[in-house]
Amino acid sequence: MTDARLERFADGDLAAFESLFREFQGEVYGWIVRMVRDRGAAEELTVETFLRIYNARARFDAGRSFPAWARRIASNLALSYLKSHPARPETPVEPPGEAPEDPAIRRETRESIATAFRALPAKLQAVASLALIEQQSYDDIADGLGISVGAVKSRVFRAVRILRTKLKRMGIQP
Amino acid sequence: MNDDRMKELLRRAIAPVDVEPKRDLWYDMRRRIDERTLRLTWLDWALLVATLTFCAAFPESILPLLYHL
Repeated sequence: MTDARLERFADGDLAAFESLFREFQGEVYGWIVRMVRDRGAAEELTVETFLRIYNARARFDAGRSFPAWARRIASNLALSYLKSHPARPETPVEPPGEAPEDPAIRRETRESIATAFRALPAKLQAVASLALIEQQSYDDIADGLGISVGAVKSRVFRAVRILRTKLKRMGIQP
Repeated sequence: MNDDRMKELLRRAIAPVDVEPKRDLWYDMRRRIDERTLRLTWLDWALLVATLTFCAAFPESILPLLYHL
């Protein structure tokens, strides 16, 4: 990425912004959809992320990392979304072909796990999704959310404990 | 059930999402930017020109006009 493009973006050049958008929309979308697990919401939040970036362009320091800045804004929006949409009824994101859900797990067990997962507090749900389901590294998660690696580990630990308790209450003992 | 078993169960029960966007979002982006842009109609321009003409013809009216804004 050239500094000139970032400088032009900071100066309000729409073509530079479009170039940045086209380069990073996939990365930002991917990060958001891993957190919210809803394609439609992820698309809207991606656009909202870039709109905030565009509105804040005058404050952007061209010496900073654009993708890191974008990811931080995306994380905040995704967390707000999860807080305002607790326990959504379904996760309409289709799994990629190479990693389907395990057919060995009974359907009702899978649904119970998904229900318990969606009922997690937003911050725990986001970290659990990124770390446990999407297999993102703790360093990447910490960087994206603007928290320490220790905080990521703590949230994963708390999420797992809550899930265990909920599933136990549901009578699930695999 | 221990923590490791719980993690494994979660991974097996909920599949990773498809992280590739299905469409180009630039057009949505462009629409959102355009919505923010102030759009002046011909009537806005006509009112602006009329006001400026009035102020130029009657400069003493500027202060009362500002008072009523």
